[in-house]
Formats: sequence, structure tokens, C-alpha cells
Amino acid sequence: MLSDNSAEAMGVECNRAAPPQAGRVLLGIENVTKRFGGLTAVDGVSLDIMQGEFLALLGPSGCGKTTLLRMLAGFEKPDEGRLLLEGRDITAGPPYRRPVNMMFQSYALFPHLTVAGNVAFGLRQEELSRRDIDARVTDILKVVRLEGLGHRRPNQLSGGQRQRVALARALVKRPKLFLLDEPLAALDKKLREETQSELRELQRRLGVTFVIVTHDQEEAMAMASRIAVMNEGRIVQVAPPAEIYEQPNSRWIAQFIGDVNLFEARVIGDASPYLVAESAVAGPLHALRPGGVSPGTDIAIAVRPEKIHISRATGKLPANAISGVVADVGYLGDFSLYKVRLDNGATVKAAVANVSRRAEPPPALGERVTLDWPAESAIVLTR
Amino acid sequence: MSAISEKGTWARRLTIGLPYLWLVVFFLVPFLIVLRLSFSQTALAQPPYLPLLDLAAGWEGLQDFVAALTLDGYRLLFSDSIYIASYLRSLQIAAFSTVMLLILAFPIAYGIARAPRRWQPLLVTAVILPFWTAFLIRVYAWITILQRDGLLNEVLMMTGLVSEPPAWLATDTAVYLGMVYSYLPFMVLPIYATLEKMDESLIEAAADLGCPPWKAFWTVTLPIALPGVFAGALLCFIPIVGEFVIPDLLGSSDTLMIGQTLWTEFFSNKDWPVASALAIVLLCVLLVPIVIYQNLQTRAIEERR
Repeated sequence: MLSDNSAEAMGVECNRAAPPQAGRVLLGIENVTKRFGGLTAVDGVSLDIMQGEFLALLGPSGCGKTTLLRMLAGFEKPDEGRLLLEGRDITAGPPYRRPVNMMFQSYALFPHLTVAGNVAFGLRQEELSRRDIDARVTDILKVVRLEGLGHRRPNQLSGGQRQRVALARALVKRPKLFLLDEPLAALDKKLREETQSELRELQRRLGVTFVIVTHDQEEAMAMASRIAVMNEGRIVQVAPPAEIYEQPNSRWIAQFIGDVNLFEARVIGDASPYLVAESAVAGPLHALRPGGVSPGTDIAIAVRPEKIHISRATGKLPANAISGVVADVGYLGDFSLYKVRLDNGATVKAAVANVSRRAEPPPALGERVTLDWPAESAIVLTR
Repeated sequence: MSAISEKGTWARRLTIGLPYLWLVVFFLVPFLIVLRLSFSQTALAQPPYLPLLDLAAGWEGLQDFVAALTLDGYRLLFSDSIYIASYLRSLQIAAFSTVMLLILAFPIAYGIARAPRRWQPLLVTAVILPFWTAFLIRVYAWITILQRDGLLNEVLMMTGLVSEPPAWLATDTAVYLGMVYSYLPFMVLPIYATLEKMDESLIEAAADLGCPPWKAFWTVTLPIALPGVFAGALLCFIPIVGEFVIPDLLGSSDTLMIGQTLWTEFFSNKDWPVASALAIVLLCVLLVPIVIYQNLQTRAIEERR
């Protein structure tokens, strides 16, 4: 997916012997555990990071994602498990001997050095000639659009510029693996969105493997080619963003990523390829039947608000539909979020895209409406 | 409205003016008196110098006064090697003491700055704890420690490290001990202040970029702590050059520091003009490091902008 590699065209040659091959494991994380006192921060995590991918470690604060990243950088030693970089064990290697570079959340720019001095710092640690260092610094400053600012000090830069210095300082080392710890947390909203697409493009151009830590699901969705969702020290699902959203593998992920309506239900019948489940809140519901679900199983049926179709009640209720009264309408411009109270008191959220300036006014507060969705849009969750 | 703004400007002028008034009254005026004394001659009189300015004589009196001023005091300073030796010894002791203070204080400051946050106030208090006892008493305490049958020799004899109690008092060692002991907080605190502000992730960033810890100390920690090192060095160097109590109580009388020479001229020889000339020259010597420091400060502030 990210094979597009035009780094040379940018004047930045990367030190890869061969272009990234899809499906090649760059870093193997094997059963890694890290404890701090009595607290298990990372609990038996195994994950293969593929060459050239943009992986996001996503999770709520305290889920262990930063600890995992810091182990990849070498700042923390795993208590158990191994890290294999291209098959070589780097578990015990100190950070300064790893071909891995990190961009710190605080950027950690050296205040006593200029922008160029900061960027050159890592290269000075290698046996490189002055000329090579200067050339590479100039090149990378061009890539991050900081030409002409090389003589400035970090405190003379804006937040966005500082972020790009941090980016350049790590990338100039031509790391095999580039780690980003909450890289956009310090930027304001507009700049954050711009930077998201810039980072994605930069990653595609350079072909370097990116691992980003974030607690912001939109950020992870927008940038990553694959997301590893973490909770309580464990990885709970690893998949491309669309799959994480459309096929979460547990109630927790369905609720953590995006907005969702969860109907607890028990499977009562089979209408191949669908199953029929009885929900206390919403009555009988249809959904595509995954393997291993038989009648009597307790499941949850998850439906994203934008999958729900809302219409004025006509008296006749079609299959896979529920009826209720509009309790709240939040107008958000591109869409409106409806909260519909069912007769039994439960609330269901439905998002309606405001695609046209409709002639007929949308259902208003207090109006009785019918909610329905295709059985294919419902997700069956067993965990 | 204009009354308010007028009042505001007056308040502002007063706020800005007060420190200047302080400097004029307590620094500039005494300095001018000393400067004038340094161009006088000794006299067996009260006050013990000539000429005296007779304001009643008017313009002629002033002319007579200026004509009677001499450079004799300064001439004496540069003709008698005892004064130059005194200056050199003061500078040498101050320089060595400052270096020793740096070597000792940096690890202490670093240790405090890297200690857990909640321990730091306690450790800083420990550093400034000696200030709670009068300076003079602390130096006297060193006499009892260093004298022939003092605590130090007792310990040395008991552990069998020496068979004869060595003489500590009236040696350079005692002077250096006293200097380093007395000025340690002035070196530790500024260095601690800079290290404490330093973002610890800078060291991690250095390691991440391929820099091993020992090298990161020289390329990151030390340069960042440099303003604190300079401040501490000047805070120690300048007063040590003029130090009187420590060399007088702990040092030998063979070689005098400039503070002692000054004291002798002033109180024993009653030679106020030479004592004043000594003080003026000392000020000029110390002005060099102060100006250098000021320059560094302004540059640092401008860079931070």
C-alpha cells in the first residue's frame, strides 16, 4: 500500500539496500512484558511491525502504549520477552546503538543549539565528514520546509516549526524505525490536521516505517495504515482503520472507537445468512451471523449511528426496526445527531447526513420516528 | 483622567528611581569618597589625610584642593612588590578555590536536580543550612577542628594514618578548606537552578540520536548548565579575591591576601590613601570578570527572545 517511494526525487536518499517489500517483518515484538513496581504496564504483547507501514498504537491514557514505544526506543528494558529488529535481538541494546529514532512529545530540542545544530547532532555521533553532515542537514531541512531557518534557536520558532525540527532531527538519521510519541498533541487543531496529512505523505515518500503513539482515535484513523488498539497493557485488536471501525472484535473497542449503539441480546434463531437475536431494548434484530455463534449465545449487536436510517413513523414497523420519540437533535453542520428515546426508556443515537437542503423538514423534537438499518450494518460482538 | 495617568507616571518614576537612588547613596557616593581618598596624602592629623576641601574658600579653595591631589598612593602600589604579590596571591587563591568549588559543587547540584522532586527542597535546605550560623563562628569552628590537638588530628591519629600530628592551621590548605567550605552554597545553588530547569528528555533525545550518556554530559548537560556555572564562578571568585576573615583566621601571616593588606594599611599603618588606592585597583581588577559576565548575560537574554 505504501510502496510509493519517491524519496530520491526529494533529494533524500535513504540507506535501505532494497525498497521496502510488502509483508516483510521489520520488528518483531515477542511476548513483551514490563512492570513498574506492582503495576504491569505492558502485559505479554506480541506484534509484528511490517517494513514500510504506518502503525498507530492507540489507547486510553495508562494503557501502556507509551511504555511499549519507549521499549522500542530502548529507554525501558522489557522484564520479559524479546524485540527482534530484522531478526536481530535488540532487547538489551541501549538506545544509542539502535537504528531507531524517536520524536518526543515535548520535542526535546536542545535549547543551546541552533536548528541546524539540533538536526546535525545525531549525524555528529556517526563517523561522517563535515561536508556530508552539512549536505544531509540542508536536504532534510528542505524536506520539512525549514530552509533558511537553520541558524535560529528553538525558542525563536513557532510550535509548528519546532515540531518540524524534531521531525528532521530524527529523520536525518535515516532510521529503520521512526517512533512518534503523541507528535501532534502540542499543536492547535488546524495545524494538527495539516500536519496529519503532511506526516502521512512524508512517510509514503521516505518509505520509513512509522510507529505513532496517540490517544486520539481520529488522528490514528487519519494517518495509520494499521492500528493496534491497546487497553490495560494488552493489544486488543490490530487491523487497518476501516476494519477497526467496521469490525471491532469486542464491545470495548466498538465503544472506544467512534460512536455506537450497543444492544445486548441473546441469539434465538437462524435465518441464514442472518441470525435473529432478541434484545430486551430493541426487540428481535437481524444481523449477519459470524462463525461460532449458536442459539442461546449472549451477544451484543452494535450499530453505528450513521448506519441508522430515520423516518417518520407510519404506524407499520418493518423488520429490523424500532420506534421511538426524538428526544434531542444536535445540529453539527455536515450532519445532525439524533437522540431517540424508545418506549422502554433506552436512548438510540442516529446520525443523519445533511446532504441536501431538503424541502421536507427533518423530524423534529418530540416527533415519533422509526429507526431501521440493514442487517449487514449491524456488528455481532461476542466479547 | 489625565490626573490618573499623571499619578501613574509618577508612581512609575518612583519605582524606577528608587533603585537608582539606592545605588547613588550606598554605592556611588562611598565609591567617590574612596576615589578621592586614593588621590590624597597621609597626614598626622584627624582625619589622617590631606588635602581637605575648604568649601568656604570658594573657587580658589577648589583649585587648591585639586592641585594638592597626588598619585603617590598608586605609585607606591606599583613600586613595592608586596602589593602586587598580594594581588597575585588573592587572584591565585580565588582561581584555585573557584575551580575546586566547581569540581565539588557540580556533582552536588546535579545530584539534587536528579533527586526525586519531593526530596529536592530538603536537599536545597541542607545546602544553605550553614547560613543559619554566623559566618565568623563557622570559621572559628574550623580553627578548633584544624588546630594541633583538634578534631581532625585526633581522628587521623586514632585511625593511625599519621604518627605525628601535622600542622593544618596557618597553611594554604586551611585557607582553601575555609574558602571551599564557606562558598560552596554560592556555587551549588546557581548550578542547581539551571540543572533543575533542564528537561530530562533532552538526555534521552541525545541517547536516541546515538550519543552515549558520558558524551551527552559534555555535549548537552554541561552546555545547558553553563550559565549557572558562570554565575556560580563569579559569585565565588569575586568575594574570594577580597576575602579577609578566612585568610586572617586560618592562613599564615607570611603571605597576605589583598583584603589583609588593605586592612593593615587602613588600621595598622593608618595610611588611608594607600588603602583606598588598593581598593580602587581591586575594583578595577574585578571589573573585568563582572563585565564579561554581564556581556554573557545580555547575550543569553537576547538569544532567549
